[in-house]
Amino acid sequence: MTGFPLLTAVLLAPICAAVLMCFVSPKAAQSIRIISATAMTVALALTLYAFFSYDLTAGGMQFKENIPWIKDLGVHYALGVDGISLPMLLLTDLIGLAAVYSSWNITNRTKEFYILLMILIAGVTGTFIATDLFIFLLCYEVVVIPIYIMVIIWGSTKRVSKEYAGMKLTIYLLMGSAFMLVGVVALYLMASSVLGVNTFDMEALAIAGQMGLLSENFQIFAFLLLLLGFGSLLSMFPFHSWSPDGYAGAPTAVSMIHAGVLKKIGGYGLIRLGLLVLPLGAKFWAPLIAGLAMINVMYAAYIAIAQKDLKYVIGYSSVSHMGYVLLGFAALNVVSVSGAVANMVAHGVMSALFFAMIGFVYEKTHMRSITELRGLAHQMPRVATGFMLAGMASLGLPGLISFIPEFTIFVGSFSVYPVFAVLAISGIIFTALYTLRVLAKVLFGPKDTLFDRYADAKGAEMMPLIILGIALVGFGLFPQLLMGMVGTGTEPLLPLLERLADTSAVIGGIR
Amino acid sequence: MNFAAINTEIFILVLGLFAIIMDLALPKDESRKAIGGVLIFSLTAWVAYMFTMYTPQSIIADGGTGTRYFNDMMYVVDNYSIFFKQLFIVATVFTMLFSLEYMQNVLRYKGEFYALLMTALLGMCVLASANDFLTAFIGLELMTISFYILVGARISSKNSSEAAIKYLIVGSVSTAVMLYGISLVYGATGTVQFYDMLRNPALFSAAGLAGATMVMIGFFFKLSVIPFHMWAPDVYQGAPTPITAMLAMGSKAAGIAVFMRVLYVAFPLIGFYWLPILAVLSAICMIGGNIMAIRQTDVKRMLAYSSIAQAGYMMVGIVSADFAGMKAVMFYGMLYVFANVGAFAALSLVEQHRGNSDYKAIAGLAKSAPVMAAVMTISLLSMAGIPPTAGFAGKLYLFTAVVNQGYLWLAFVGFIMSMISVYYYLQVAKAMYLEVGDDEPIVISGAARAAAVISVLATILFGVWPEKLAEITNLASFTFLQ
Repeated sequence: MTGFPLLTAVLLAPICAAVLMCFVSPKAAQSIRIISATAMTVALALTLYAFFSYDLTAGGMQFKENIPWIKDLGVHYALGVDGISLPMLLLTDLIGLAAVYSSWNITNRTKEFYILLMILIAGVTGTFIATDLFIFLLCYEVVVIPIYIMVIIWGSTKRVSKEYAGMKLTIYLLMGSAFMLVGVVALYLMASSVLGVNTFDMEALAIAGQMGLLSENFQIFAFLLLLLGFGSLLSMFPFHSWSPDGYAGAPTAVSMIHAGVLKKIGGYGLIRLGLLVLPLGAKFWAPLIAGLAMINVMYAAYIAIAQKDLKYVIGYSSVSHMGYVLLGFAALNVVSVSGAVANMVAHGVMSALFFAMIGFVYEKTHMRSITELRGLAHQMPRVATGFMLAGMASLGLPGLISFIPEFTIFVGSFSVYPVFAVLAISGIIFTALYTLRVLAKVLFGPKDTLFDRYADAKGAEMMPLIILGIALVGFGLFPQLLMGMVGTGTEPLLPLLERLADTSAVIGGIR
Repeated sequence: MNFAAINTEIFILVLGLFAIIMDLALPKDESRKAIGGVLIFSLTAWVAYMFTMYTPQSIIADGGTGTRYFNDMMYVVDNYSIFFKQLFIVATVFTMLFSLEYMQNVLRYKGEFYALLMTALLGMCVLASANDFLTAFIGLELMTISFYILVGARISSKNSSEAAIKYLIVGSVSTAVMLYGISLVYGATGTVQFYDMLRNPALFSAAGLAGATMVMIGFFFKLSVIPFHMWAPDVYQGAPTPITAMLAMGSKAAGIAVFMRVLYVAFPLIGFYWLPILAVLSAICMIGGNIMAIRQTDVKRMLAYSSIAQAGYMMVGIVSADFAGMKAVMFYGMLYVFANVGAFAALSLVEQHRGNSDYKAIAGLAKSAPVMAAVMTISLLSMAGIPPTAGFAGKLYLFTAVVNQGYLWLAFVGFIMSMISVYYYLQVAKAMYLEVGDDEPIVISGAARAAAVISVLATILFGVWPEKLAEITNLASFTFLQ
């Protein structure tokens, strides 16, 4: 790319839309929707272009941009994508566009809703493309407040009130980020003193960490702080309880973006900052993470079985799936980390589709409980297709997006944590249990005339299904598209991870 | 007598006299907005002119300081004081801008109001430049006495009078404590000048130490540091809203300005022992202020407790006692001005139209005044330190400085408490956006809207791109430390 700031354009598309919408009359709801959809389509098109023109043989950071930003802190407006962040960026724009369409029927304060949605998407986009830690943090925290406002205004009150859900979500994430901020400040100061320059550049920090310039004790300490921040974002046990409540209270678009991409910032941050900058710390805490990952997988799946509310089922299911990501991370080898990254993409697409479908059904019927909904496949065949696609992907059916990533995680982690890997594989049985049970009850069975008056998805309502369905099947049939890209991001880690395997310092000395 | 050095003070004094004379000259029933307009216009021009007063980097690099003195070192004009004076003037200009309507409609004595605002501003400027204890004391009294009157300016309101009396009593006690401390310090060292006190061994006598402690306690009263904060909530709640804003941003920043000079220039050695105590006090402020703010039902009162917490954040920078810390304090002080302007502009509008400032009164503000609701939300988030507002950059500056000095625990306290503060700031957002109130649209004057919008734009600009402000604060703290 010569000259054209592709990533800035991707970042600015939603921001421009938000600014533009400020000047549109609140009554012009359709214009507002179209502006948002256009902005996200542009962003998605640019991202797809980046995805397919990324030079796989060269690897590393591409489409780089770098402008000095704040001199005395050493901040640069630095953007770039590699094999790890590009799939996440693609995921963001896919789900962003789908979220715009699944909010098509919102009539209450449409203008504010879409402005906040665009800010939210811009924030998430920024975290994945920033290569400067300051810009990363800036974008990371931007997302919290729009989510709160969206939940309390457009959310739904069922088991918990939407105000409670919104505040719980916000406080959990902010408390996590408070610890993370201390860790980042400590890291910044330590790296600045050993490197001799003030810098927030993630690559420079990674060099400092990997060259052994940061002492082992410091890395262990700083990694713990980051783990508290990113772990609570990734809904790692015991910081997971915001996730089901939050998703249940949130409007559809927020659930989609939150479960689909926002959570993934936690996993992405653990790899980008935790593993690359603080490798010894990652190694030290890995057994603990693996143990917690197991609890995530088993415990959350177990709870999901008992849930009645569809959103709670998917909420706990997403906590459970994040366990696989954590396990892949904790195994600390190239195969398992690739699996973790790919699984984040897979779960993102799948859970966003799930939430889009639940949101659609709820919007029409105002029902979400699996005791009330039944036989929907008769009246809503298209929605049922979406449910089936997402459900089958959730239990890892081959040919859909999440089979290869999960398989990769198991292969990678089996050699390191054989017991945990076996337990995690058996977690699939639980997943199958709750997924199939829900699908069977909600979609199939005798026709109920109660639902005859609800129309199936059509027009714009179909778009989330089409967009996410294509991704779900496409990456499932051609896994190399995804895995090849992820591989270029994780293969450079090989020497680092091999070196780590030889260092013996792990928590409690267990392996 | 280098009168050119004190041109800012002379200018402000002239403006104050102008306000009095205009008030006499104008017919009794005529609006006093014109006075405010003239003051706003001239002060804005003066702030712009003040940028030329800074000693540029090139001269500092050659070893010069460019510092000017007035009346034999009593009064010092350096980049540090210029920065703070700009801050005070900006705060005053914005306050007058958003309260033109308020003053005209709510207060009985309008012309006096402008004159007193100018004398308060003059007192703040004297404080920023004071280089001996007597000058500092005069500045402090000039500022506080003006504020005693201003706090009670809503003559018809009981709360306002009560607040004025409370402020007067507590303020006089703290002044007495400080003055006694100054006399003890003078008795021990034989000087009131900051530079002479610098390495005076007599300061370490019993009288000197006791005096220094009392001086600092006097400052803690002014800064409303816990446990010397009792007056703040009542006074903040009772005062007319624009004056609450001035107390929160101007008076506090002036206290910080002179406190840093006293601590670093007059008592650097004692100060060294004081830093751990200050660290504990700032932690108490951050914890106590934020936790007490949660329970409030009145937004002004909530902002009073939140300003106690903000004083704690600024003291974090003072604790680090180095270049980065000072710069962070100044940066934070400036962005706190913009955050306060946004919040109080919205709040004074509410008080003016709905007669109250509790959570019920702001309910549904997003419907009746959407711009002001957005301004209020963004300003409060800046106080909480959520990006992309300036508060985030400010807190990052503060806490990197203090962690660098080894106070990691203070950074923990600070970050966690600022995340907790989001809770009560969001309660305000919730009341404005979610709850149903009076749907009737509120007419906002152009000046108030301008003040609110400009302050929010500044808040976001300094949050996303703090470069320019950081450069000026660097310049200011750099000359100070030479």
